[in-house]
Amino acid sequence: MFAYVIRRALYAIPILIGVNLITFALFFVVNTPDDMARMHLGMKRVTADAIEKWKAERGYDRPLLYNRQADGAERVTATIFFDKSVRLFAFEFGSSDAGRDIGQDISQRMWPSLAIALPTFLIGLLVYISFAMLLAFFRGTYLDISGVALCVILMSISGLFYIIAGQYVFSKLLHLVPVSGYEPGWLAWRFVLLPVAIGVFAGIGSSSRWYRTIFLEEINRDYVRTARAKGLPEGRLLFRHVLKNAMVPILTGVVVVLPTLFMGSLIMESFFAIPGLGSYTIEAIQKQDFAIVRAMVFLGSALYILGLLLTDLSYTLVDPRIRLS
Amino acid sequence: MTQPLLQVKDLSVRIGNGDSAIRPVDGLSFHIRHGETFALLGESGCGKSMTALALLRLLPRPAGEIVSGSVLLNGKELLAFTENGMRSVRGGSIAMIFQEPMTSLNPVMSIGAQIAESLQQHKGLSGKTARHRVVELLDDVGIPDAEQRYGEFPHQLSGGMKQRVMIAIALAGDPDLLIADEPTTALDVTIQEQVLELIKKLQRQRGMAVMLITHDLGVVAEMADRVAVMYAGQLVEQAPRDAFFGNSKHPYSDKLFAALPDSSKREERLTVIPGTVPPLNQVFYGCRFADRCERAWEHCQSHIPGWFETGVEQGVRCHLADPTLSPGGNRETVVQHDTRVKTPVEKSVQRALLDVEELKVYFPIHKGLFKRVVGQVRAVDGVSLSISSGQTLALVGESGCGKTTVGKGILQLLKLTAGSVRFEEHELTELKGEGLRRRRSDFQIIFQDPFSSMNPRMSVGDIVEEGMIAQGIGGKAQQRKQRVHELLQQVGLRTEHARRYPHEFSGGQRQRICIARALAVNPKLIVCDEPTSALDVSVQAQILNLLQDLQGELGLSFLFISHDLSVVSYLADRVAVMYLGRIVEEGDVGDVLDNPQHPYSQALLSAAPRVNTDGERRSIRLEGDLPSPSSPPQGCHFHPRCRHVKPECRQSYPSLTRLTETHQLRCHLFEGLEAKP
Amino acid sequence: MIQPVILWTDALVFVLLAVVFSFALYARNKEHLRAPWREVVRSRMAVASLVVLTVYTITGLLDSVHFRKALPMHEGQQEVQYSGDVLSLLDELLGDMRTQVEKTYSSPFAMHLYTRESVIGDDGEQYRTFPRLEYGGAHLANREERSADIALRTGQALFQAVAVMLVLSVLLAAWLAKRWKLSLAAALRRILRGESDMPWRTAIAAIFIFAFIVTLTASLANVYHVFGTDKVGKDVLYQTIKSIRTGLVIGTLTTLVMLPFAVFLGMMAGYFRGWVDDVIQYLYTTLNSIPGVLLIAATVLMMQVYMDNHPELFETMAERADLRLLFLCLILGITSWTGLCRLLRGETLKLRELDYVQAADAFGVPKSTILVRHLLPNLLHLVLIAVVIDFSGLVLAEAVLSYVGVGVDPTTMSWGNMINRARLEMAREPMVWWSLLAAFSFMFTLVLAANLFSDVVRDAFDPRLRAQR
Repeated sequence: MFAYVIRRALYAIPILIGVNLITFALFFVVNTPDDMARMHLGMKRVTADAIEKWKAERGYDRPLLYNRQADGAERVTATIFFDKSVRLFAFEFGSSDAGRDIGQDISQRMWPSLAIALPTFLIGLLVYISFAMLLAFFRGTYLDISGVALCVILMSISGLFYIIAGQYVFSKLLHLVPVSGYEPGWLAWRFVLLPVAIGVFAGIGSSSRWYRTIFLEEINRDYVRTARAKGLPEGRLLFRHVLKNAMVPILTGVVVVLPTLFMGSLIMESFFAIPGLGSYTIEAIQKQDFAIVRAMVFLGSALYILGLLLTDLSYTLVDPRIRLS
Repeated sequence: MTQPLLQVKDLSVRIGNGDSAIRPVDGLSFHIRHGETFALLGESGCGKSMTALALLRLLPRPAGEIVSGSVLLNGKELLAFTENGMRSVRGGSIAMIFQEPMTSLNPVMSIGAQIAESLQQHKGLSGKTARHRVVELLDDVGIPDAEQRYGEFPHQLSGGMKQRVMIAIALAGDPDLLIADEPTTALDVTIQEQVLELIKKLQRQRGMAVMLITHDLGVVAEMADRVAVMYAGQLVEQAPRDAFFGNSKHPYSDKLFAALPDSSKREERLTVIPGTVPPLNQVFYGCRFADRCERAWEHCQSHIPGWFETGVEQGVRCHLADPTLSPGGNRETVVQHDTRVKTPVEKSVQRALLDVEELKVYFPIHKGLFKRVVGQVRAVDGVSLSISSGQTLALVGESGCGKTTVGKGILQLLKLTAGSVRFEEHELTELKGEGLRRRRSDFQIIFQDPFSSMNPRMSVGDIVEEGMIAQGIGGKAQQRKQRVHELLQQVGLRTEHARRYPHEFSGGQRQRICIARALAVNPKLIVCDEPTSALDVSVQAQILNLLQDLQGELGLSFLFISHDLSVVSYLADRVAVMYLGRIVEEGDVGDVLDNPQHPYSQALLSAAPRVNTDGERRSIRLEGDLPSPSSPPQGCHFHPRCRHVKPECRQSYPSLTRLTETHQLRCHLFEGLEAKP
Repeated sequence: MIQPVILWTDALVFVLLAVVFSFALYARNKEHLRAPWREVVRSRMAVASLVVLTVYTITGLLDSVHFRKALPMHEGQQEVQYSGDVLSLLDELLGDMRTQVEKTYSSPFAMHLYTRESVIGDDGEQYRTFPRLEYGGAHLANREERSADIALRTGQALFQAVAVMLVLSVLLAAWLAKRWKLSLAAALRRILRGESDMPWRTAIAAIFIFAFIVTLTASLANVYHVFGTDKVGKDVLYQTIKSIRTGLVIGTLTTLVMLPFAVFLGMMAGYFRGWVDDVIQYLYTTLNSIPGVLLIAATVLMMQVYMDNHPELFETMAERADLRLLFLCLILGITSWTGLCRLLRGETLKLRELDYVQAADAFGVPKSTILVRHLLPNLLHLVLIAVVIDFSGLVLAEAVLSYVGVGVDPTTMSWGNMINRARLEMAREPMVWWSLLAAFSFMFTLVLAANLFSDVVRDAFDPRLRAQR
């Protein structure tokens, strides 16, 4: 099993390299740094000097892959590729196009992101699984049918609607929580409450329906029939037998996102003005700050790959067939 | 007469609603006494499993429903119980074990916990006492090292062991009645014997009644006190075992016996039951078996037969037994047993069509950090055999012994590790790409599972035609179509079937289509990989007859892969017995099956339950499971399970001993007994 | 004089149409494909949602036939000059809705602007008042007449819709009567009692509702702003209807783009295994590991830079916006093929071990034939299910992406853009809610119909799920 985990970890390396190459190609090959400079400085009336200056300030004035002018190792290291892409492997994100230290920003901004994303994730999981279990318990009855119908309706509504409607009802009409904003420390709960509630609610439709399908699939298996023939009550059957087996497919979808929770939710943070990584990314996109977007792409991929690794590990916890092989 | 343990009256089950609703169980009445074994015999789809589920009220919901009847357990009406009350019956008074031990255990719970769960439910045991009792139970069902096995998970156990665990779960509640639904169908004969033996032993010890559901007459003969035959949702005959086997009353039962292949029937065609079981979504106006019955007359088509008592605890549902009726016409003369001698086959022994030498197929085992190859699964480990034109060689062995791999290896469907396969003097292993492709019309294969062997998205005509197109034979489209029609007729189907799709056919019909598909390219050799093991006895006989006829007409050679010795004894000319990737004994069918010499062959033969024994039989029981082919035992592969083991058996693999011209084996017991040429 | 304009997405939409059509022809003779579809159309839910989807699709198709109108000729001008405005057939049908632009916000059915303005009255004095709209309710003398007018027009529309429904039902009944070999009256009875195999009654009811909506729109939308107007006075209903095409294009073209990748690579990986499998698995794991929104954002940003630097490539604004829409579909396609690819790979791995593939091998059937004849047809239902399920997700994704600023071009009319713009209007006092409502309700109708439809399709095509029922 240990070898298995190590192998999975080693497998992550080529993937990260692949991600890195893709982002490099996307950011520096599709458009040259000159194009980017022109874009930032305004399309018209831009002088060659201004472009050079803009590039030099941000370190985009070097050759892409190979520096003929430099000596020794510098020939490779004093390039955009090395400076902007390879350094990402060491999680050195450099500075943004606006001149701020990205690493610093990330370390500050991930906590508010987590404050929203983690509760949403945990409460969501609990709510969806319970709701799905409820539907599975009452399968075939009107409760189940109307529950599924409700799920389909809920999942047909745009997530943006939940946010806008939620803000309107709870903040504007009822004045229960502030519309938006954030405050570090324990006082954050007032700001966290609504986004979390909306985040959980918005996912009920699709997630519960999916989990219900998984449960129903398990309920039809032979071992459940065996358990029933033992005379076990239905509730025990669901919790001890079905839930435990259903955890395998559920974990596949769930554990992967665990590390990416740090990245926050773009939409939620931007609507509620949470100073997290999600809104950081959105701002960067809107300001066309390529350095930040590049850093976030890499960070996101790295966290996702970590998620894959954790998924593999979590299988070994719930599935003895993997644990013992 | 004392009160029976279980009294079932007029039980009817419905599945589904509206027009598509079927009645898999329709007015079933029987009883089971304390401590006896009651066998419910029937072919697939006759409703026997549904009966068992209905007794425990475990029918699939919401589709299934008990529509009428009464089930009295010790005089108490089970159908009146609340769901809550029913739970104490399930696993308590009545326990059940299922056919598929592979899927019937929860894969993520340790076996100990699964047994303990039942103990807690019915005995209120928990903690140490429960654990102690679980270990006892594991011991009782013959699982070695019970203490250590407690924490193991189902995937760590073999099929036989899993079925033992299932039995332990069933025993946990000290049931009065054990319902065993095809408990050994998924297991090999030698394991089947162990499990049946175990059930018998436990029954004796605990005085528990057993309701044994099976399709296997042999198992019934061995186990049952009383037998009930089920057909199309109804009981058609009920009798004590000896009466049943000595003198069955219902034409259907008669036919079942007659359809069993056997070496004694070698020279004749097997009796077949024409047609198939009628669909159960209709209203019947006559006898359900009438369409397939040779002794039926008009009365049978128009009147539903009643139940007639013909003796003590003996009865039959047939108009023939009605004393007030005399069979229409002079029926007795019309009864025809198909005793036509089968077409004699010109067995040309001179020239070997296929010659296999030292065939080896290894599958590498990858492990560790970089998936290095750390070992080999020696699926086939040096098999040599040869088949002459027009001959049938049967390859016999338990699952996992590598017999299917041999078949596929010969056809070059797998990558061979070593060895030579010569077909008509051509070395197939050296052929590649186009060269091999062109030779493929000479050797074909028929698979075991008639459901997965045809592309569900292609019409039957296209399926049969495919080989001709690939091989570029059969001429133009029109001619090919003509040929497809001929082939379908040849295998007993109709030409209009060409336009239909596989799912519209029954298992037996599908197997016929597969045979037609193989014949389309005019092969000389057909590898039949357990072609009848997924079929019911009556249908199996049809297919075996067809194969026999085709061999006679076309001079085909068969490599017949099977685990079923009765089929082999009926069909084969020569038999090779495989154990763990190697052939341990080979010879003419008479040599091997009537006079087996290798201890494994002997055990295999004696393990197969047979109909015509008087219950108390010989029995060379094999202990333990088939070892893993990735680490076969040192020396003779069979020695850990062999009763005659000698010191050298642990040292070296025995060399080939030729007992007679036609009979050879590999066993240390016989070394030096070589027949002098 | 008009000049036809074929935008990239138009072309692809019609390619898609051709693909669907030829698939239907292919499926006609295949029982295994026909049977599930029969099951689909027997479900009332499916028929109702199919009607909704058809209406949306027709709207989208009408909006995909583009042209430019000729400008009036000047003196001495040799060649005809064409307007820079690219119009569609739908614009023609919607008539004046496009051009009836007010000054700024007005609420649904309003006759006056939503905001006070300084108006110089007849007496030369300045008033702060809500001025009358230029078009909305302009045919009415005063506010009191409005309710009666709306009621009257609604009545007319209802009458027309009933007429349409009657005509259609009689036509349908006549057709079915011929098929069932019944008299017209008997066929009609059978339909209305719901005794037919297909739920024709549901279809008629759904058609009636939509006929009513269409006639109602036709009679009201040209004299009122049914959903009000936005900040620059444009009719909101018009924008919502025009957004339909964007939603459909994203929902369908994306799948069209990704399908070849997913199907081809998935099958190759599963069938050939070995290094082919390794490479393909690496490819999709890598692509999959980049967070979707970020990859889309990065690509769209880069594309924007590229387009800004090469303005000479585009003749009209519409072409530019269209190309951006196409690129968005491409990028969404690239990020979304991985799931289906993995699914198909797994299924192919299972299928290739099946006996019928081995049987084909034993016949020496070439590998390419095995892939096309044995594997592809047995994967098709998975592809179909994936396509139908993905559709609604993509429509919803468009809104989110446009909100983030990496969606369609800001000049393209789309629900996402509408929501994005309307978001700030929520903060206004008094609140402007109609743009949001219009966008959300149109989107909801489409997505709900698609979801319900996909449910039925999945149940019909997935034998595993069917066994569960």
